Amino acid sequence: MSKKARLWLLAVGGIGVAVLLAFAVFDLPGFGGTSHPYGDRAVRSALARHTANAISSVNFDQRAFDTLGEESILFAAVLGTVVLLRETRDEHSEPPEPVHVDPPVRRYALITLPVTLLIGLYVIAHGQLSPGGGFQGGVIAATALHLLYIAVDYKALEHIRPAAAYAVADAAGEAAYVLLGTAGLLAGSAFLANFLPYGTLNTLSSGGTVPLLNAAIGVEVAGAIVVLLARFLDQALEIEGGGAGGPRRHDEEGRR
Amino acid sequence: MSVLPYLAAGWIFLAGCYGLATSRNLIHAVGCLSVCQSSTYVLLLAVGYRRGGTAPVFSDIAPGSRPVVDPVVQALALTDVVVGATVTALLLALVIQTAKRHGTVDPDELRELRG
Amino acid sequence: MADLLIVLALTLVVAAATAAVFTRNPARQALVLALLGLALAVVFTVLQSPDVALSQLAVGSALTPLMLLLAVRKVRGRGRHDGRAREPR
Repeated sequence: MSKKARLWLLAVGGIGVAVLLAFAVFDLPGFGGTSHPYGDRAVRSALARHTANAISSVNFDQRAFDTLGEESILFAAVLGTVVLLRETRDEHSEPPEPVHVDPPVRRYALITLPVTLLIGLYVIAHGQLSPGGGFQGGVIAATALHLLYIAVDYKALEHIRPAAAYAVADAAGEAAYVLLGTAGLLAGSAFLANFLPYGTLNTLSSGGTVPLLNAAIGVEVAGAIVVLLARFLDQALEIEGGGAGGPRRHDEEGRR
Repeated sequence: MSVLPYLAAGWIFLAGCYGLATSRNLIHAVGCLSVCQSSTYVLLLAVGYRRGGTAPVFSDIAPGSRPVVDPVVQALALTDVVVGATVTALLLALVIQTAKRHGTVDPDELRELRG
Repeated sequence: MADLLIVLALTLVVAAATAAVFTRNPARQALVLALLGLALAVVFTVLQSPDVALSQLAVGSALTPLMLLLAVRKVRGRGRHDGRAREPR
């Protein structure tokens, strides 16, 4: 198809979608309206289960099975990335040269690293109380570690970040979520049922299984992000060779 | 005002689609896909918004003292933000592999390679 | 007042999203996407969803742009180390 024909097709499709969206938009309940039947019910059952943060209650209690699906997508995506970005036979890795870091940058990064890491852990731990939870806190904690790359260099980061250990943490988080779900099944009700005592609203141990599932997700997400960034950093900074000629020729020989 | 956020979400989605279709670089295309993705968050949260409502977090307000916005759509958007990032990573890994195999990340050049 | 804030933040997001699409250089696009992530976090905050804003702030303004930049560096780096990479075949 020529370029012009493609643009025409895109224009027709785009205008069609725009018209349909416009029709749909004027039939939606108006922005900021008062009718939220699902929201009202979710808030009521979050309070009945003594979880102060209704969003965490939806994620890890009322719709915990949906979150299992989400985190399985996350797990599979990380697995796929790790397989795609592994070091192949015709590549070799060269440790990058140490670089000079300006002292103010180094000082600032070294001060913010522990603070950010602490914030990440706090956000995971208080997911059932205040805005936050395993998904957000996991990302914050994982990116905090990478401040060491800004402060010192890649070698220092590799030192505190054995990627294999974080891959295990990723898998352990996923497994812990499923095991907690099975525990609900064994405790006499359903898979991922909230079988623990609900505790007192607005205390750290409230919400039954919500804090535990939150922690499992936090460990999984933190492990996943560290592993992902490790693969990308390795590819960008260390792994060389295996040029366009190399693997292709190799492939063609293989096919013959 | 009552449909403005929905229209904004539609605009962001269509802009991302346009970028995807006309992109000459696969990395740029992945970036455009994440623009498309963000339109769904805007739409979801706009649907759940309630005028005068506050966040559905009861650690600092007494239950029932104030109207709150819909927590269900927020839970949907929140998980997808993080999961979407890992899917972006998977797509970028595919782009890197494509660059290794074919030495280009231009979709038009890749089409010519395939014949 | 709240409505005004929402309109302003949405305008910012729409502008950033449009700019991200029309920034054809992927390295620059990554920076515009970081801005878009920041603008989205503002919208989510004024829409009373701090949870999503926190998640968007961590992912959209740090993680995704970082991965995009690393991918750009890898793909570009190939051209430098391997002269034939860009030759038509």
